[in-house]
Amino acid sequence: MRAALARYWYAWAMVAPVVIVIGVIVGYPLGRGVYLSLTDADESNVARDIGVNHIPATYEFTGLDNYTAILSDSVFWDRLVWTAVWTVGCVSVTFLLGLTLANMLNRQVRGRSFYRVAMIVPWGIPAFVSVFAWKMLYNEKNGLLNKVLEGGGIDGVPWLGDPTWAKVAVIAVNVWLGVPFMIVALLGALQSIPGELYEAAEMDGAGPWQRFRNITLPGVRTVSSTVVLLSTIWTFNMFPVIFLLTRGGPEDSTEILVTYAFRLAFVNSPRDFAASAAWGVLILVLLSLFTVGYRRLLRRQGEVW
Amino acid sequence: MARTRKRSPLASAGLHAGLLLGTLCALVPPLWLLVTSFKPKSESFSAALVKDFTLDNYQHVVDDTHFLDWFANSLVVVGGTTVVGVFIAATTGYAISRFRFPGMRPLMWVLLITQMFPMAVLIVPLYNTMATLGLLNQPLGLIITYLTIAVPFCAWMMKGFFDAIPVDIDESGRVDGLNPFGTFWRLILPLARPGLAVTGFYTFVTAWAEVAYATAFMTGEENLTLAGGLQTFVNRYGADWGSMTAAAVIVAVPAAVVFGFAQRHLVSGLTAGATKS
Repeated sequence: MRAALARYWYAWAMVAPVVIVIGVIVGYPLGRGVYLSLTDADESNVARDIGVNHIPATYEFTGLDNYTAILSDSVFWDRLVWTAVWTVGCVSVTFLLGLTLANMLNRQVRGRSFYRVAMIVPWGIPAFVSVFAWKMLYNEKNGLLNKVLEGGGIDGVPWLGDPTWAKVAVIAVNVWLGVPFMIVALLGALQSIPGELYEAAEMDGAGPWQRFRNITLPGVRTVSSTVVLLSTIWTFNMFPVIFLLTRGGPEDSTEILVTYAFRLAFVNSPRDFAASAAWGVLILVLLSLFTVGYRRLLRRQGEVW
Repeated sequence: MARTRKRSPLASAGLHAGLLLGTLCALVPPLWLLVTSFKPKSESFSAALVKDFTLDNYQHVVDDTHFLDWFANSLVVVGGTTVVGVFIAATTGYAISRFRFPGMRPLMWVLLITQMFPMAVLIVPLYNTMATLGLLNQPLGLIITYLTIAVPFCAWMMKGFFDAIPVDIDESGRVDGLNPFGTFWRLILPLARPGLAVTGFYTFVTAWAEVAYATAFMTGEENLTLAGGLQTFVNRYGADWGSMTAAAVIVAVPAAVVFGFAQRHLVSGLTAGATKS
């Protein structure tokens, strides 16, 4: 032990701050969150200060009650189905649009750098600012979108007032926010494919589709698997778009798991900390399962990481 | 790679049409925000471009609301997070890039896994802890919270940057009699400056745009950060689109400038870190 300490102390000293930080502000809350999810903690029984009086916590351990309550309630399953639709919809549309636009940007085309910079703009603006911009465009009576539609003789659409349209609207905004990242990542991958490959294929008589399938797609595979994983996790956890655009409405139709968990603890009254913590734990479990499954899938297909 | 073959005019037109459409979709929402901010309040929703150009919205936001407080709160929180996060992440990134030590693999796993922690699982316990410590409504509480987001990511990204610096430099430092800290501080850190800048920028942009923690932890108008403050303009009781757009423009400009400097390096850092694990 002493020999190890003498040999590794500087490495350990260098990682110590991060280990402490992660232990204290991720590890401890995580453990506490799991514990809270097994209690009946809510606004009225956690430790709190009213004026100068300190009121100690009086919540009690209730075992798995929260989990059985959540899993036997249709709210959770409804939210889960919509979250899955939302995630798959957002990620697939974002990826396809990103791949298409990156391919276009990879051609020799006049004004290429202008197009490239312009299309990255949505990434550079804080998401909450963009979401408010969209909220204004979506405004049912006076928004720009409906004015354009009405100008073309089409009836205005209740973008955020109708459950189905609201779902379309939130997905559209999230795609808008996500495409620039896809473009930049995939463009990088496309540019690393040697041009000779295309020339050789062309000489062998391969058509555009064959070139795309046999050279472009394999060339962007590694980067694609990374960005799809990242994008899935980000979308699954995407809080601001839904919270700021629709607050989960109308009638909970756009509420995903994370916004619902937030609502239980911070919007609803009385605040239900225990249930929210239990939702949080379930969300973490789902994400972990997804990541493990995704990695296994990639491994089976011969990816290294 | 660029193709050498000539495109038909039709294909060329199609290409430009597609790119133009993409550009239009990307630019209209922020541009409309900008345009609206220069309109008088009564005309926020007119479809016309600016008819009566006015700076009233900006003046109102700066003079009559808590906007400057929010801006200052955001600067303190984001600045604190960036400085602390990047510094401690750099030492860790260096250690896992250069040394082989017991506990390294678990640490790398933890760094990778914590990046995907949903805020939903941490927010309630953190809120209760902050309440007990009296750190709600304090910038310090948010700084500590944002470190949970910043540190794992920054450490992972810094590792990628240190990996790109040749090990020979470390060895020359050792030959010259520097201990590992000296090597890190005097030789490697200056070389990794671009990496520090990019991780710093990333942390800045992420923290600047965070909504959930900021909304839950900060209450009372003068304590809000920008993400919370902007929500007060447009809520269920009414909407002041003029002020909202003006404030939004002031918020977006610094972030966009910072982002413009860093974006080229962001993706290479991200994907390099992820694929080399």
